[in-house]
Amino acid sequence: MQALATDLGFDVLFKGTNFLRLLGGMWVTLKISLISVALSIVLGILLGIVMTFKNPVTKAICRIYLEIVRIMPQLVLLFIVYYGSARLIGLKFEPEFAAVIVFTFWGTAEMGDLVRGALQSIPKHQYESAYALGMSHRQTYFCIVIPQTVRRLLPLSINLVTRMIKTTPLIVMIEVVEATKVARQIIDANRVASPNAAFGLFFVIFVLYFAVCWPISLLASHLEKKWSN
Amino acid sequence: MAETLLTIDNIRKTYGDNLILDGLSFDVHKGEVIVIIGPSGCGKSTLLRCINALEPIQGGEIRIDGELIDGNSRNIAQIRQKIGMVFQNYELFPHKTVLQNIILAPVKVQKRNKEDAVKEAEQLLDRVGLLDKKDSYPRQLSGGQKQRVAIVRALCMHPEIMLFDEVTAALDPEMVREVLDTMLELAKNGSTMLIVTHEMNFARAIADRVIFLDGGEIVEEGDPEEFFSQPKTERAQKFLHTFEYESVKHHEHKED
Amino acid sequence: MDWDVIVSYLPLYKDGMLITLYTGWMGILISIVLGFLAALVLYYKIPVLKSFVRAYIEIFRNTPLLIQLFFIYYGIPKLFGIVTNEMTCGIIGLGLLGGAYMAETFRSGIEAVDKIQMESAVSLGMTRRQAMRYIVLPQAITYSVPAFVANLIFLLKETSVFSCISIMELMFTAKDRIAVSSTTVESLFLVVVFYLIVLLPVSIIGSIVERRLRYASFGD
Repeated sequence: MQALATDLGFDVLFKGTNFLRLLGGMWVTLKISLISVALSIVLGILLGIVMTFKNPVTKAICRIYLEIVRIMPQLVLLFIVYYGSARLIGLKFEPEFAAVIVFTFWGTAEMGDLVRGALQSIPKHQYESAYALGMSHRQTYFCIVIPQTVRRLLPLSINLVTRMIKTTPLIVMIEVVEATKVARQIIDANRVASPNAAFGLFFVIFVLYFAVCWPISLLASHLEKKWSN
Repeated sequence: MAETLLTIDNIRKTYGDNLILDGLSFDVHKGEVIVIIGPSGCGKSTLLRCINALEPIQGGEIRIDGELIDGNSRNIAQIRQKIGMVFQNYELFPHKTVLQNIILAPVKVQKRNKEDAVKEAEQLLDRVGLLDKKDSYPRQLSGGQKQRVAIVRALCMHPEIMLFDEVTAALDPEMVREVLDTMLELAKNGSTMLIVTHEMNFARAIADRVIFLDGGEIVEEGDPEEFFSQPKTERAQKFLHTFEYESVKHHEHKED
Repeated sequence: MDWDVIVSYLPLYKDGMLITLYTGWMGILISIVLGFLAALVLYYKIPVLKSFVRAYIEIFRNTPLLIQLFFIYYGIPKLFGIVTNEMTCGIIGLGLLGGAYMAETFRSGIEAVDKIQMESAVSLGMTRRQAMRYIVLPQAITYSVPAFVANLIFLLKETSVFSCISIMELMFTAKDRIAVSSTTVESLFLVVVFYLIVLLPVSIIGSIVERRLRYASFGD
């Protein structure tokens, strides 16, 4: 058993504070994702409302924005914000800050499109029947439209959280110290003593990510099913 | 009497604890038109689905030409060719044109010559007045047209019996007539038909025999004229009564 | 921006793009085959296999590609004793990830076809297999197109992660240029342009096909 643990590189995990450091790296990942999603929801709702405007200029701008987010790899956006900003506007962002900017830029577009879809999917006669019952504009919005929109949006925005968490390992490329980076540091530090550390550590990170994302995915699909009818 | 085509012998159908069909038995003879009526949830659509082995039954047996109908049997596809079925919501194949919808099964299943199948399909379409729609897609047709195509599609397989499952229930009122006329013509030409419907006047006009189903069992069975003018059982009387609106007015007038 | 630098970098980026295209589309090919098989297993509810397929889908949909790649990179030699190169790892990883997404796409495509379409086909005397082939699958494919196109774009974008395991694709080229020279702006400009070349056609053709299908065979 001991031999197997060493062979697969799990032994490194329990040396010193290694496991705690990995968890700390995971926390950085989670923090960046949650902050970005929170910002994305607020900005996305605004964007979604703007997208329902009939103005051709805002329409065109929104379409270009969405298309950029749709086809540019997040890593490219990260590089542009992290490395490009220093050269273009002379500002050097903290890597975590650059990550939040990029994830929010991405999340806002996704949320905006979802909000637009949700708003437009509420049939006109829902408004009409609310007015027919004598409700005011505000009552219609707060009692009829918003609750229905939220039910459509919530599962989808929960999914966005998992997608962001799954994308965060990329920020290792701009020097953020998250779980992947910690793993690399540990592997390097134990190169001689435990040459097999990589397998064990990446297995653990794999499990950690799964342990974080899976329950969130389950929650999202549970809510989706519960509210679909 | 003509020879027996379909035998339904003491069939029982349950969904979990729910008893849907409870020991149902009757025969269908060649050339006979039977209309099944009854309140919603009485099991009449389920009965048709069981006859086509779309639903398994938990007891009894159904035979066509003496052959057992069993969804798990090896030759179920062959047996189903003897049974044409028309559904409430048409169920045309949306990715195929009208003509393709009709000839698909004759060509792929019965391995008939494609030209012959096309020729027959066109004749049948002409008979229901839809020849000019043969290259249209289902979505370009009205409900009544779709349903007539669905009938043609089933007919083109030369079934020995046709099952109609509330085929006018999804139609706008002004389209009901064209579909019912098509069915009346089939009946005139001697087709064997088993019809589930809510159109009482139509039932009276087309049926050789009426079966009244309630609570998963046959409550009354007989000649349509007799059944509609003088139903024998109280449940049938009550059911037929729900189709008469005048009685309410009479009642009100009396009270005035 | 220095245009001479850009011109001198073009061949490097072209090579990077070819690797992106090769690894990306190879991975996509694998993912389509895997996804299709997995979707059939789920649809037909094949015992035992379906549990494996479910676990596979959940695992790969809920972990980052980068970690999957590292795991494959270090895991395959450990578990099977085969030494693999980065490129093979990348393609396998992308194929496995994509397979999980494609499986969901195809499965929901098949499920979007009303069950009664199958019934109406078998009631015409078709066998289940014939009904699947002539009636259900053609419609399922049409229903799957929008999600399928989204998957293609997603997977092609994910190839940028390959730079982390030293596959010399577009992102690696850009990272490399930024690290070794002070041509950050030019390097970033070029990586954007080349990703547009890779992805814009997929996006445009995808939305044309989507619109065609919507108007041609279904939408009322």
